[in-house]
Amino acid sequence: MTERPNAEPENLTQPQIMQPQAEIDASAREVNLDLQPAISARSLGADAWEAMRRSPLFWISASLIVIFVLMAIFPALFTNKDPYDCPLELAREAPSPDAWFGKDLLGCDVYARTIYGARASILVGVLTAFVTAVIGVGIGTAGGYVGRWVDTLLSRTADVFFAIPLLLGGILIMFTFPSTAETPYMVVVFKVVIAMAILGWPNIFRLMRSSVIQVNPLEYVQAARALGGSPWRVVTSHVVPNSMVPVIVVSTIDLGAYIATEATLSFLGIGLREPAISWGQAISDASGLGYIRAAPHMLIFPSVFLSLTVLAFIMMGEVVRDAMDPKLR
Amino acid sequence: MNTNERLLEVNDLRVEFRMRDGIAHAINGVSFDLHARETLAILGESGSGKSVTAQAIMGILDSPPGFVTGGEVKFRGTDLLTQPEKERRKVRGPGISMIFQDALSSLNPVFPVGWQIAEMFRQHRGMNRADAEAKAIELMERVHIPAARERVRAYPHQFSGGMRQRIMIAMAIALDPVVLIADEPTTALDVTVQAQIMGLLKELQDEAGMGLILITHDLGVVADVADRIAVMYAGRLVETSGVVDLYARPAHPYTKGLLESIPRLDLKGQTLNAIGGLPPNLLAMPAGCPFHPRCRYAVDICREGEPPPLEEVVAGRAAACHRVREVYGDE
Repeated sequence: MTERPNAEPENLTQPQIMQPQAEIDASAREVNLDLQPAISARSLGADAWEAMRRSPLFWISASLIVIFVLMAIFPALFTNKDPYDCPLELAREAPSPDAWFGKDLLGCDVYARTIYGARASILVGVLTAFVTAVIGVGIGTAGGYVGRWVDTLLSRTADVFFAIPLLLGGILIMFTFPSTAETPYMVVVFKVVIAMAILGWPNIFRLMRSSVIQVNPLEYVQAARALGGSPWRVVTSHVVPNSMVPVIVVSTIDLGAYIATEATLSFLGIGLREPAISWGQAISDASGLGYIRAAPHMLIFPSVFLSLTVLAFIMMGEVVRDAMDPKLR
Repeated sequence: MNTNERLLEVNDLRVEFRMRDGIAHAINGVSFDLHARETLAILGESGSGKSVTAQAIMGILDSPPGFVTGGEVKFRGTDLLTQPEKERRKVRGPGISMIFQDALSSLNPVFPVGWQIAEMFRQHRGMNRADAEAKAIELMERVHIPAARERVRAYPHQFSGGMRQRIMIAMAIALDPVVLIADEPTTALDVTVQAQIMGLLKELQDEAGMGLILITHDLGVVADVADRIAVMYAGRLVETSGVVDLYARPAHPYTKGLLESIPRLDLKGQTLNAIGGLPPNLLAMPAGCPFHPRCRYAVDICREGEPPPLEEVVAGRAAACHRVREVYGDE
């Protein structure tokens, strides 16, 4: 049903020999009457879906992402234990049928805390990817479309931010605006998101700017102008939709990187803090002196979940890239 | 509409491109006019300034580097060049509309063709989605796209070159323009499809009484459809004439050269008389007549001073050549 029509039907209507104009038109119309072709419209999205469907990597990463997202939204689906129920006498207990992943330093259930930790990672990753994409696309379109001094100004500004390493800048920002145990969960999450977005947007900006510059001189953009399109209309319906593919791809890949950075910040004790639960904190707690050998389960399970999540998003990004633009490979 | 209304009047239009290595004088004083129901062909080789003329009329010149430095473009008596951009935009589409050379790249690849045609109605006429789509189907039928109803949601890559050009034409005529500029509308198409597209343009022009400016480098394409021809060389009009007269008796050496360089069946076996040399570099135009380095009629007067002005040869014909008498008289 989504098969591409094998022969484009109008080819058949083009006569192979020269005929007077009137006859050509007449015959074209006649032939067409018998040839009501079954046409299926396929957008870029549909084409990409067609390509992704056949990739096993897509199904693996998609199922992992679905599982982690479900975990983030409905952690209770995966465990009925309370992650804040921590009997201290069971601290560092090895995995058992009762506690599959064992108990952590304070006797909390590692499995429950790992499940509940997904929320922080996914939330930070998705929000950061979204915020950087919005900022990067907006500013990148402005720079690429307007050009001249506006572009120079924006590009140099982006260069300044681009020069600061994500992690270093994140540490600096989080250190300057520290959170305490009383800071509400969402405020802490937003702080981390904003810190990473401030440093992450130039990446998207550069991509968007260069693809806008590529799309802008194309004839359909000129045509839209020649047919009376207003600048706003030209940008929103022609320039931006045609420049988005690289941004979508890189945002998906970056999402994994943001999750890893969030874990690193939390590991360093300046990202998410108690009472928020996050994989970074769990890894930090578990890697204290001597614990790695004495109670490796505390480290292994959150680490595996973190790695799988990052991997899932990066794999998804690559699948999307291959599907949407094989030339980018 | 007055059948013989003067729709467009271009007076002494000048365009230059300010580049890093100098100023390219792309158009140096081009003047012509266009009446209702008339087809004017602007003929010239690549770089002669024919597309830039169209862009300057439409006001879609890439600026910088392109700047209109003088002249007037009067549309029904109003000079477009002095109008604010906002007013000018209202002329594009319903007033003057344009078709581009390569229809594949003129259509947005991410939206269905019907959506793109319908956008014209939504934006300019404020129609709702359903009405606009119905109008889009109507237009696709008007430009003879088979199974328009089924194909309205198809994407540009699902159409052949000829069909895409038809869609582009549908978009261009959507708002019943008074003047349609077709910039090499058939160059990207093969010969049989070229004939169909030219036929379609003629048919639409007859229906609506549009003025049509046909920009092309192909003498064969214009012969059947044009009423008048303006030949362009190095940013100047070198000859204007009715179509039959021009083919029968060119008055400018360049036109003559162009006509002689068409392969003809009755001259089989003879060497083709191509015009030697290349068009001049717009950054370093030769003194005198810009065509003199390639002209076999060139004499001393052609190599110095200002280029010869466009002057009437006989009624309805003009040429820009010092030796027009010799060229015109030379059979």
